[in-house]
Amino acid sequence: MLAVQLVTYISVVVAVVAMLVKVYRYATAPEHMRWELYPVPHEKGRADYGGSYLEELDWWSKPRHSDMVNEMKEMAAEIILLKGVFHHNRRVWRSSFPFHFGLYLCIGWLVLLLLGAVLQAFGIDVGATAGGLGRGIHYVTMALGYAGLILGGLGALGLFFWRMSDENQRPFNSPMEYFNLIFFVIVAVVTVLASALADPSFASLRAYVQAVVTFSTAPAIPAPVAAEVILLSLLILYIPLTRMSHFVAKYFLYHAVRWNDEPNVRGSKIEKRIAELLNQKVGWSGAHIQTGQTWGEVIKEPKK
Amino acid sequence: MSEHLRPKDISKKTDRLVHVDPAKFPKLPYPYEDWEDPPIPELSDAKKAERDVSLDGVSNLVVPMPKTEAEKEEIVAKFLVGLRKLFSKENNWTFLKPLMLSMDNCVKCNTCAEACPIFQESGRVAAYRPLFRSEVLRRIVKKHLTPGGKLTAKFTGNDIDVNWETVSRLAQLAYRCTLCRRCAQTCPMGVDNGLLSREIRKLFSQELGLSPAELHGDGTIKQLETGSSTGLSPVALMDLIEFAEEDITDRTGLNIKIPFDKSGADILLIHNAGEFLSWPENLEAFAILFEIAGLSWTLSSEMVGYDSVNYGLFYDDAQYARVTLKHAEVARKLGVKKVVVGECGHAHKALMAIGDRVWLAESNVPRESCMATMEDLIVNEKVMVNPERNDFPVTTHDPCNMTRSMGIIEPQRRILRKICPQFREMTPHGVHNYCCGGGSGFAIMQSHNFPEWKMAISGRRKFAQILEAFTKDELKPSVHKYVCAPCSNCKGQIRDIITHFDAWERCGMLYGGLVELIVNCMTDVREGFIEWEDFH
Repeated sequence: MLAVQLVTYISVVVAVVAMLVKVYRYATAPEHMRWELYPVPHEKGRADYGGSYLEELDWWSKPRHSDMVNEMKEMAAEIILLKGVFHHNRRVWRSSFPFHFGLYLCIGWLVLLLLGAVLQAFGIDVGATAGGLGRGIHYVTMALGYAGLILGGLGALGLFFWRMSDENQRPFNSPMEYFNLIFFVIVAVVTVLASALADPSFASLRAYVQAVVTFSTAPAIPAPVAAEVILLSLLILYIPLTRMSHFVAKYFLYHAVRWNDEPNVRGSKIEKRIAELLNQKVGWSGAHIQTGQTWGEVIKEPKK
Repeated sequence: MSEHLRPKDISKKTDRLVHVDPAKFPKLPYPYEDWEDPPIPELSDAKKAERDVSLDGVSNLVVPMPKTEAEKEEIVAKFLVGLRKLFSKENNWTFLKPLMLSMDNCVKCNTCAEACPIFQESGRVAAYRPLFRSEVLRRIVKKHLTPGGKLTAKFTGNDIDVNWETVSRLAQLAYRCTLCRRCAQTCPMGVDNGLLSREIRKLFSQELGLSPAELHGDGTIKQLETGSSTGLSPVALMDLIEFAEEDITDRTGLNIKIPFDKSGADILLIHNAGEFLSWPENLEAFAILFEIAGLSWTLSSEMVGYDSVNYGLFYDDAQYARVTLKHAEVARKLGVKKVVVGECGHAHKALMAIGDRVWLAESNVPRESCMATMEDLIVNEKVMVNPERNDFPVTTHDPCNMTRSMGIIEPQRRILRKICPQFREMTPHGVHNYCCGGGSGFAIMQSHNFPEWKMAISGRRKFAQILEAFTKDELKPSVHKYVCAPCSNCKGQIRDIITHFDAWERCGMLYGGLVELIVNCMTDVREGFIEWEDFH
């Protein structure tokens, strides 16, 4: 079991590091020019038609009213229901929604497996005959696990067939696109079958997770469950290395760019950051650019 | 090449990668159902010998034909050097974050294609898909700038050949997009193909010195050297203003002195200089409105200060910043309380949105849209109007830069609803509008066979939308109707559309700005400011 456990540890560490690198890269990118796109949902009283505070007379002299509740609602609809795909690409939504919703259920399943494992480590029983909390976690874990895996697997299969059959789509597909989806399908099928045959209540899997989180040797688990664990571990490792981890970037795409309408006022932090960036040297070689001078110098006067 | 072009096909050594076939263009609505589009004219052999048109046979960006293989290789090498700069913090801090995010996170669902009027109206020419252009760039970057990119290229689909054909066609493809960002609005991931087009344009301009003459040599360079991209000097401007003052008297009976360089005025009004030359009635209407409302305002006769145009917005960060800093300096020196941007969409974005990060410290004079200024005067009844004078069918176009990129939607509508009894919307409108087809500099690109391409393809959806805004009865030539285009470049494009489709003769369709409609119904002004028989 040590080898299987090692695969899990490596996968989790690589996944976390890859995810952090991605976040760091986006979070430390320099202050950029404003590039928002309307509708911006936090524009109070204006979001429904796509308006902004720039509609106002002397807008800089008036308080700005942000509607964060509406922004949260918009985000929730986008994350949970894939609102954008629903409105603009219904064919994809029919597969993409079950796929993503299935993944959310699977995340819930993994969280509950982890919670159950921690409870067990503290001596609290988790199972069909356990007390209220343990029994609840037992049944909800089963419900989320099977529903999530089946829904996610079917969604991935639907996306696979859509990519294969849509003639507009085919020129843009790479072998990786097909592999990613098939990998999901295989993981879902193996996990559902292995669990149904050898570990229907995920008790063995929970015991394995307990060993992983307590850094102890895992008890022997049935071979199908071991296969399932290896596949799940590899999936966890693989996702952050591909653009399937777009959930990380989506935060930045929306909040840092698309909905970022923060105005620069005199003496602001934005102004300070821009002033610093203008001190950087310009390396562009176009004939109209004074290569080697700072941005501040280059934009002050055209090249003679 | 078929409709189902693969990104790597861009490197193929063919005379023409895609063909534009007028038979595949969508039909126009009544009364143009039988309209037959002529083929896009071929360039002469001499022209073809001097420039590459192997993308689609159309020319707006002139990519000179290299004479030797060594020249070709040099261009490819320069392109790859520029690509590295595009992804460096020092050289592209201005847009690095949005660029990285849009490069990394496309899931290739093609939702953008259905939102793009150029792809749709071209009869779905494969190379015009927003995804096609972005994927070419993305695959080059992943192959050449990502560690191990070449090793995994087959598996990841990044096995694209970067030869001279690829580089040249990618440059031209960046000029088959109006940067309207409609595709970005529908992208479930928030990826912005419009931004990517602009970044490609920027790479070619800032590294290889390759940009359309109308934007660079005859655009920003001319503006910085003479004061205006139109070539209008401060001296010639004063002559035009004198003419405008006389014209105001002729049209309205009013004697108005247009203020210039008034230090300490509340408002510095900046027009697109195209108005001075092509539509003087627009600047005259502003003068009438502001004077009757008793505003403290001025124009500037300083170099660049009288022309809000900033074509740098469309292709080059350095040129953009140089122009906008001139605007900022003019406003600061005059000591005005605010700058009001006239009816020009890209100037709005250049001065207010992008300029937000460039007008720093004491140069950060507040900027306001003329839509807000005019709304205050009309809706709060600071000038009196008689809407009956505007009792004809009116529809309005939404400039992309003002609406989708800035959220200025309702002020113009509140004005129109108050002064035009027969105002009606296009479908869709507001923040979901369609581009006029002249965006990102297309409106001023009038050379070679690009005007024909522009009228047939990029402006087609807008013309259909305009027609659909009116009933069949209203479309009779005897019924005068007005297409309001509160943006100088959009107005130029709509003028060209109406001319191309002969819609003044066939449908009685006139176009103009918003302020002209306001002045046309002001009770302090003699009736008939809009001259229906004066189509220009």
